Parts: sequence; structure tokens; C-alpha cells
Amino acid sequence: MASFKPTKIQVYPKLGEKVTQDTLYWKNYKAPVQIKEFGAITSIDFSPVAPHNFAVTAFTRIHIYGPFSQEPVKTLTRFKDTAYCGRFRSDGQLLVAGCEDSVVRLFDVSGKAALRMFRGHTKAVHVTDFTSDRYQILTGSDDYTCRLWDIPNATELNSYREHTDYVRCGVTSKLNRDLFITGSYDHTLKLFDARADKSVMTMDHGQPVESLLLYPSEGLLVSAGGRHVKVWDLLKGGQPLVSMKNHHKTVTCLCLSSNGQRLLSASLDRHVKVYNTTNYKVVHNFDYAASILSLALAPNDESIVAGMTNSILSIKHRKSPEESAEVSGQQRRTPSYRVFVKGKNYAPKQDDYLVSKPVKQHLAKYDKQLRTFNVSNSLDTALATWTRLRKPEITVAVIKELDRRGTLKNALAGRDEQWLARLLNFLIGNLVDPRFAAVLAPAAEMILDVYRRVVGQSPLVDRQLLRLQELLEREIDYQQDLLEVLGMLDTLFMVEFALEQTEDGEHRR
Amino acid sequence: MVEHGDIRVVHRGGSKINSREPVVTNDSRFLLCASGERVKVFSTSTEECVHDLRGHTDLVTGVLLRPTNHLQVYSCSVDGTVRLWDFTDGILIKVQLDYCSVCVTCSWLMFDIVCMCVCAELFQLVAVHLPQSGDQLVEAQELSAVLSNVSSNPAATGFGRGVRAPPLRSPNAPPGAITYPKTDSPHLLTTQRKGGKNTLMCIACHPKDDCIATGHEDGKIRLWRNFNHKKEYTYTTLHWHHNAVSSLRFTPEGTNLLSGGLESVLVQWRYNQESERDFLPRLGSAITHIAVSPDGTLFCTSHSDNKITIIQSCVKVSAVIQGLVNGESVRTDLMVDPRSKSLVLNGKPGHLQFYSLQRDKLLYNLDIVQQEYIHELGLQQFEVVKVAFDAPGNWMATVEERKPKAAEPEINLKLWAFDEQTQSFVLNTTVSAPHEAQITSMCFSQAADGQTSMLVSASEDGHFKAWQLPRSAYEGPSWSCDFVGDYRGLAPQCCCFSADGSLLAVSFQEVVTVWSPASWELLTTLSQPPKAIRDLCFGRLGCSKYLMGTTASNLLCCWNLLTCSLEWSTSMDVSLLLSDPLTENMAAFCCQAESTDLFVFKPSEPRPVASLKAVCSGKVTRAVFAPREEMLESCEESSQWLNRSQLYFLTQHMLFIDDSVAMTPFYLLLGKHRKQENQDSLTRLSAELMPLPRGSLAIKELLQSPAHVLPSTSVLCSMFVESLLVSVADGSEESKHAEEEMESEKEEEDSEGEMESRTPRPEPASPGLQSAESAAPALTKAQLKELRRVKKLDHGWLADLLLS
Repeated sequence: MASFKPTKIQVYPKLGEKVTQDTLYWKNYKAPVQIKEFGAITSIDFSPVAPHNFAVTAFTRIHIYGPFSQEPVKTLTRFKDTAYCGRFRSDGQLLVAGCEDSVVRLFDVSGKAALRMFRGHTKAVHVTDFTSDRYQILTGSDDYTCRLWDIPNATELNSYREHTDYVRCGVTSKLNRDLFITGSYDHTLKLFDARADKSVMTMDHGQPVESLLLYPSEGLLVSAGGRHVKVWDLLKGGQPLVSMKNHHKTVTCLCLSSNGQRLLSASLDRHVKVYNTTNYKVVHNFDYAASILSLALAPNDESIVAGMTNSILSIKHRKSPEESAEVSGQQRRTPSYRVFVKGKNYAPKQDDYLVSKPVKQHLAKYDKQLRTFNVSNSLDTALATWTRLRKPEITVAVIKELDRRGTLKNALAGRDEQWLARLLNFLIGNLVDPRFAAVLAPAAEMILDVYRRVVGQSPLVDRQLLRLQELLEREIDYQQDLLEVLGMLDTLFMVEFALEQTEDGEHRR
Repeated sequence: MVEHGDIRVVHRGGSKINSREPVVTNDSRFLLCASGERVKVFSTSTEECVHDLRGHTDLVTGVLLRPTNHLQVYSCSVDGTVRLWDFTDGILIKVQLDYCSVCVTCSWLMFDIVCMCVCAELFQLVAVHLPQSGDQLVEAQELSAVLSNVSSNPAATGFGRGVRAPPLRSPNAPPGAITYPKTDSPHLLTTQRKGGKNTLMCIACHPKDDCIATGHEDGKIRLWRNFNHKKEYTYTTLHWHHNAVSSLRFTPEGTNLLSGGLESVLVQWRYNQESERDFLPRLGSAITHIAVSPDGTLFCTSHSDNKITIIQSCVKVSAVIQGLVNGESVRTDLMVDPRSKSLVLNGKPGHLQFYSLQRDKLLYNLDIVQQEYIHELGLQQFEVVKVAFDAPGNWMATVEERKPKAAEPEINLKLWAFDEQTQSFVLNTTVSAPHEAQITSMCFSQAADGQTSMLVSASEDGHFKAWQLPRSAYEGPSWSCDFVGDYRGLAPQCCCFSADGSLLAVSFQEVVTVWSPASWELLTTLSQPPKAIRDLCFGRLGCSKYLMGTTASNLLCCWNLLTCSLEWSTSMDVSLLLSDPLTENMAAFCCQAESTDLFVFKPSEPRPVASLKAVCSGKVTRAVFAPREEMLESCEESSQWLNRSQLYFLTQHMLFIDDSVAMTPFYLLLGKHRKQENQDSLTRLSAELMPLPRGSLAIKELLQSPAHVLPSTSVLCSMFVESLLVSVADGSEESKHAEEEMESEKEEEDSEGEMESRTPRPEPASPGLQSAESAAPALTKAQLKELRRVKKLDHGWLADLLLS
């Protein structure tokens, strides 16, 4: 004699992204703090020394924020025009910034007035940086030149006129004081050595270069321009390593997570993509309200700061371990010690005869009713409020089981107005769900068959029926639209396929 | 004389055990049931088959304990004989021949009177008085027809109490009437009511009271009393069953009435307190017969799925004897499980059965559908329609299907992984609605490395899909769709992987497409118009470059895949094509004019390896090559193809018209049967089939009487030799004939152990010869001469035997 086999509840695959370690890591941030600046935020730079303040360059001023303050701790306003690229020196004492008026200003972080003004560029300066010996400044300008300046004397040391378009990005090596790389709108990246008068390496990115990033080891260089992010191997003479095209608008900013395992790229398409630096696959993705111009990560990934074109600065702080624990697991009640351990730790001795207790089959309430062929009651149980709202798959499984047994009609028939309204409500909520449609559509037809005679007698049921009809009409419209789109796509694909084939044929010839 | 092997078809097993109701012995230790041509004796406690009573040459239709000796049992068969057996030793005691009966469909025995239904044109109830004689072979002459025009359903006839003249009840041909002869005048009891669907299904008589219980088609049970007086009978109605009552039985004391039907619930009614009922639900499938042991401690129910359940007084099931389930049809192909080497096919609804071919025993049933089975007529149930195994047996794929009347068919594809610990298959992945229409074919990639398994399923919706097992990092591995292919919107029919798994052939009507599973590129198309491809098969081993196909226009084609061209084709009505996985041979069953021929060939050679004409009658629908446990070493060319595997096949239609007593369609092609050079092979074949009615009496006595009643061997030996020698008139002929008969009998017994049996065979003859020689001086001259002649004759025969 076999035991009763309980109703099989279909397990549906979870839609949406898979939960990985990366999603857990990058989701573990608090809700963002949003600060309104005066204009588009073009640059964010974290101070290398604790407490890791960060400088935000927006419109004609640079604000310096503390790690947790929402008000700037310091504001630098001595710019005649739009400021660009506020950068901290490696000791966090000095800050350099370019300006639309072609003057490069050097500030003491504790003071207000500019310590030095470097004049010599003829157009707006978008790139400024300190070299690793801390005594020189690299600048790049829209006049196609990049220059090296001496800080103590405020004099120009050298000028490189190799680019043929605006120089919009550049980095200095942290390991060698003489090396720096610039990227320009002429699609090239150039590696300069201050000891030579010319560039020593040139790489072609293919698009106007917007951002550059050197790995901490400085063997790899990442460049962003257009929709592409490219990785270059400097040790192999600038050989391209990977090209990634994951954004659908220009990539504006790059940064590296603190452990160097993840690369982040921000783009005008409002998305930030996180790449794994071993295989350069996108492992996570978060989006912002507007196009992102600048992005920075605090040391140890304590916070993510993004500046956008709509002059909003968004700061996300990492959750502290207590906070994240609080969310993930509420305090669960555990059974008392006595219940938990009673008899469980008794080990049978060698010649003990073990009498196993027959395992009792636990059945859900609807299964018990199905076992005794109480079909109407089991449908009632499955339509209980909690089940219906929280676990519609159980309700659907019971309806399916009744249909299989050929008794769905009996279970549906002979109900009152309230019950029918409840069932129709459930149908309206779930009928168009593709997971349930195959089961619920015949059931809905059956309901209409059974209650055809009484339509019009109850305003409540009639209203529900009208809603159901409306829903179905809308769904049919959607389906038609989708079919049309599918047809269009098919033609496009076919055209592309045909083109490829003819091209192939020509190549062969 | 030259020996060469002969191949023949042997009925191997899987007979029905539920065709007649089982019999429990008086001590409740054994259970006897009719199974095909045999009577099987099972132990009620261990479920093992203890004895196999062989002797009948046709279906056994009834088994009954001998009332005067509780260690003996009668059985009757369609071959017209009634045999008496000692079931504890498994020996045949007596044969009663009943020549006048054409076909005994069922029988009852009371005090050595056999009553049987005889089917000529009408069913007739006949009482046969078995003569009391010591002879082995008795012919029954005393026949008296009791009733004519009885129902062919054995459940619709019952015996009541009484000694000499049992009131015998049987429904007449007009449905719903009971006749009961009291001494000699039958009474007629009409049960038919107007407008009711109350056709009589079964009948039972109370052992003590004058009460008859009848079961009806509408699920009602009626208890009739007072029927001895005409038109004054009364009846009460019991109703619990919602479908027809198929079996009724009173317990020996008459306190309870047991009933069963399609619901597969055994209902126990208290006699005279009919409102009290006990139920034993979920017995598996519809109950066809109920039997009660004479002491009332055991109930046995036989079920429609070829199962006998032994129940201890309606409290709990104590044992289940399960035969090969042979439902309405075998939807899945015959498959061989690569691990257990057992035959796999669909059995109980929603189950797969694993059946051991060697032991003729059902190993286990695997629940595929995993849903509560609702026993109701006309309900559409899930059925297992396809099954496939991968080469090492780690994965099994099943397809189950349900076709509701108005809605879309529901199809589920399930993939099962073999679990080493539990030694059974565990569900891994369920794909609901893998295709939009019926799945026509399914196969696993046969790649030997076992690293990447791939499953391909082809469906009538015009697509074939490839399923693969990707390793997912976070959960356990589960199967997912890898590729969807189609070809010009045609519906694929068959799919087949090449032996190394590098090519996939899918047939779309008359076009065969060949794909590369590595890149899913369509490599080439082959076609042989005008008709659709019916079967596809890649060659194995040395012939792996060939692809075989059969078309609906009776064409067998062989394509060479290296040149992508047709190598050869021949016109043959091939109903089934299959390849042996262990050799390069292929078998084709050809259906021509009501009988099937078998051809075994290699795709590379034009001549068939073996061809067998008229293997069986009817169409062969399913067949499978099953690997042998140990390889045979046979050198004969014609039987070499059976060295590594055996071919099993299933026929479509039975010889017998009545389906309920049909012989099981299970045949085995067994290699090697010795054939003598003499032209009498045909007569030998018939000798095998027929019991030996003629022949010398001594041999007969020697062979047929049980060993424990025979005198000592030394006495027998001289008698035996004398019987061989002395008959002067046609001595040599006779003796030769007798010896041949002996041989054939022996071969019948152990045709599989042919190799072993050949060597000991000369022995019984040679001691006989020696004893004859030692006794020679005592013989007369004429006798000596005779003996010399015989000796010469026998010697040549022996020498040949020894040489070979």
C-alpha cells in the first residue's frame, strides 16, 4: 500500500540577476546622500591621507568634504571661470586645479588663497596632477599641449606639443617621478618620460580618450573613450590587452576598487559597471539618476562618490557590520535546550536493537482534503488569504491538481457571491502571469461556463468580470504589439545575416 | 555428421500472473497462480518463486487445490488437459486428457469432478468425472453438460455449499440473470432492472447460508436470499463502489464479504451488519481477483498491473508479488539500463519498471510522475512516453505526457541522476513544456568520455532541442537548453547520435540533416524521396561511417558519411531497425504477410550475417539488444552475431483472440540450437513443441514418473537397456527414435546450457552399452547379432559426437 503522494508545488525559477558575492558586496551600501552643487561635477578626488577628505570640482569652485559630513569642510572659490580637475598631492597638503581661463592654481588645503599661479597655457586646462616626487605639476590643456611645472619656482620645465587635439586626461606614475601618460581627443594615448623631450610610447584608442587609469603595479593602463574601455599592457610596449564595450554612451570615468580586484567605469548612460579584473567580465552594475561625469571610491571602498551632469553629488557609505547583520537576520527564536537535545545525543550501544519509529507523513491541509476527495474544501483552503497573496503558486498547483482529477468544475460550482468575487480577484491578479496562465485560463473559462446563468445578478461579480475582460483585452493588445516587434526584429536579423553571408562570399572570392 | 548452430525464438517470461485468481494453500505458506503455460508456486512470506510447474503446452486457465489431498493441485489448460501436481516438490503426478474439449477457458473442481467451461461456439458448463485409476495418463470419458450458454467471464460463475449437487450459479448470455441448477432443474433469477446499468460482473456464494452476492457494473453489490423458492427471493443492496465491482469473495467462515474494483480499494463488509465496512485503500491498481486462504488468515488480491498482493486479514499488506507490467501498450521503447542490464519500459501508470531479464523478475518500479493516481474511468492520466539512458548509465531522461480533452497537451521532461548511495535514480531537473507538441524522439550523446552529456529531443512542433548540463558555481548542476534547431519548418521524426558523439542526424520527413553538436552547424543533408524517414541508425565500431535509414516507402538506405552519398539501398518493408551497441551488427525486422522476418547485417557488407524467416507471426513493434553477462565463444558464422548480446523483441498482436488470456508477448532469440544433419529437423521441431504421446512405455515411465517412486537405478538400467534392445521387429529404428526423443527433451530442459549438456550426453548411453557387453555371454546368438548391429550403429553416432 503506497502512501498518499502530496500535490506537487511547482518551483519556478527566480527571475532577475543571480545573487553573487559581488552583488552582496556592492549592495552593502546605505542609501545615498545627495548634495546639490552649483554646476556639473567634473572631478572628484580623495585625499590620500586620513581622514580621506575629498575634493569635488564643480563650476567655479572646489568643495572639500569630510568623510561623513554633508557640508563642505572647505571651499576654494578663487576661480575666474569653471574649475577643472582638483587633485590632492600624495601628502594631502596641496591641491592643484586647472581652470577655463588657462591658469593653473595651486592651493594649500588649509588656506584659501592660491599659493602659486602657473600661467603659460593658452586655453582651458582640463588636466592637472602632481608627479610622484611632489615637486612638479603635470598639466594638459585644450591648446594641445601638456606641460611640466616646477612648484617651488613656479616655472615651466617642459612643454610637449605632440597631441593634435585637446588633452583631456592624464596620469602620473606613482612609482617613477619622470613618467606620465596623457590622453587626448586625437584618439591617442602618449607615454612621456620627463628626461626625454619626446613621447616614448603611443597607443591608439580609436575614440577621443576621456579617462585614464594606471594599475597600482603600473604594468597595465586602462583608458576610456567613446563606448570602449581598453586595457593596455605597458610592459609589452603598449599592446592592447582587452577591449570592453559594455556601456551604450561615452564612458567618462574609471576607478579601481581598493584591493585592485574590481574595475569600475562610469558613463553618460547613467550606469556604473563593475568588472572583474581577472577576466574583465561585468560582475555588477548600478545606476544613477543622471549621466555620471566623475566617480571616486574612498580607500577601503568605504564610500562611493559620483558626480553627475545635473550637479548632484551622490555619496554612498558602506554599511557597518552591525547594520548589515541587523538587516539580514532577525533574532530567531530557538527551541529550548531540553527539547533540542532530549535523547538526541544518546548513542546506541553495540548489541542494542534499534526500533525505528514509523515516519509520519505530514500533509498540508489542502492535501488532507484532497486525500479524502473534499475538492471544494481543498480549493477553499488554497484560496485562503495568506496563501492566495503570498504563495499564489500553491493556489495554482491545487487548481491544476483538481483539473487533473477532473473535479475542478465540481469544486468551482455552487459558490456564493463573496467567494466568487474573491476567486475572480485572484484571477485578475494572476491570470496574465506567464507562469500561471496555462493553468488559470482553462479555470477562468470553466468559471464563466458554470456561472453564465447568474451573470448580471450581482453588481460585485459583474464589476470583477468587467475588470477581467478589460485585463484580457489589454493583454491581447500587448501580445499583438510584441508580435509586431518580433516580426520587425526578425527582418532586421535576416537582413544582417544576408549581408554577412554576401560579405563572406566576397571575402572568399 | 556435421553440427551447426541453429537460432530459435524462445518465450522467455514476463507472463501474466493475474489472469486467474490465485490459490492459497491450506497452511497459507504457498500461493499458486497460473502464469502463461506454467503454474507458479510462490512463498507467501518471502515473495520468491519456489517452483515452476511446467508441462502444459498452452495457457493455463485454472488452478485448484485437490480437496482430498491438500498437497496436490489440479491445473487445467487450453490444451485440453488437466494435470495433477505435487506443488511442494514441484512434480507432475498425473495427466488427464480430455480430448473432446476444444478449449477449456476456465475450470472448477469439486471432489475430483472437474467442471469446466468449454468453448466451442457457446460457452458451456461441463462436469467431468475424473476416473480413479492409478495410471499416469487418464482419459476422461464421463462428460455431462450442466449448463449451456454461460458467460465467458470466470468471475461470473460461483459454487455454493452442498456436497453432491452443488447449486451452481452462472449468468446466462442475456446479461443479468442467474441460473442455479438444483439437482437437475436450473432456476433462473433475473437481476435485470429497467433502465439500470446493472450488468452482472461477478458472483460469490456464502459458504454457510443460502445467500448469493452479485456485483454489478454500476458499483452495487446485491445480496440475494431465499432464492430456492421461485419468485419469492429477497435482496438487499450494498453500495460503496463507484465503478464496476470486479471481484467478490466471502471469507471461509462467512463473516465477511470482500469486494474490489477499479478504485483499487479492498472493501470488507460485515455479513449481516453491512453498514460496517473496513477499507484498505491505495493498493496500486484495479483489483481483478480476490482470493482468501482456507483458514481465513490471508487475503490475496490480484491487480490489473500483473501484481498479487498478500494481505494479512485486511490489516496490512505483507507481501507483493509483481510480474512484468504489460499495460495497454508499451509507449517507451524497450531500453536496457546500462548499469543493472535490466530491461526498462513503462509499467504501472506513471512508473518505469526495471525488469531483470536473467531472473524473469521485476526489480523495481520507479515513480516518474510522482502524483497521486486517481482511479477513475475516462480520466486522462500522465503517461511515461519516452525514456533514454546515457552510455555509462549516469543519467536517465524521461518524458511524460498528458493530453486533456480540450486543452494543450502537458509534457514534462525529467532528467534523473544515478545516485551511488541509494543505487537508484534521483530527480535532477524537471523541464515543464520542453516542446509545444509531442516529443517524437529523444537520444543521449553516446560519447565515451562521459564528460559532457548531451540530450537531444525532437518534437512535432518543428524543432529539436539540445539539452546540456552546465556546471553552475552556486547551485548543483541542472540541465538547460543549449540549442534549438529546425529545418524549413518541417517536423523532425527521428534523431540519432553517431557512436563517438561527433555527429547528430535528425530526420525531417524525407530529409536527413546531419549536424555537428560541437558548433551546431548544419553539415549536410541527405534525402531519399519520396516518402518520410521512419528509422535512423548510425553504424557502430568499424561501420561508424555509415548511416542507416528506413523510409515509409519500404526502402532501406545506407549512406556513407565520408562521401555524403548513398552507398546502397534495398527495397524492404522494415518495420524496425536497430543496432547492436556492442558489435557492428544491425537488425532489421521485416513484416511480410502476417509474419516477420529478421535480417542481421553489417552496413559495410552486402550479404546479411544471418536471416531468419518467419520469426514470429504479427508485427514486431519493439526490440532491443541486451548484452550478455558473459560472452559466448561460438565459431558458427550464422550465430556469431549473438555472441555478445541477445535480441529481445515484442510482438504487436497475439495469437489468441481473447486479450484477457493472451500469452505475454515476450520472446527471446536464443543462440545455438543443435541441428542434426538428418532431414528430420522439422519433425524434431514439432517434437519439441508436442508432448510425446507415443513411444515405448518403459521410457515413458522412466521419464515421467517422479524419482522417489522409481526402483533403484541398477534395476532400472537393465530394464531400460532391454527395452532398447530386445524388440526385434523394428529394433534399431525404434531405439534410435527413442534416443532422439530423449535428446530433444533434454534440450528442451536446458537449451541455454547447450555447451554443458553436450558433453555429459554420451554418458547415459555408454554405461548402457557396457552393461550390455558384460551381459553378452548370457545372451543368445541372435540377440548378440542384433546387439552388434546396434552397437555399430550407435558407435558411429557417438564417434561423431565425440569428435565434434
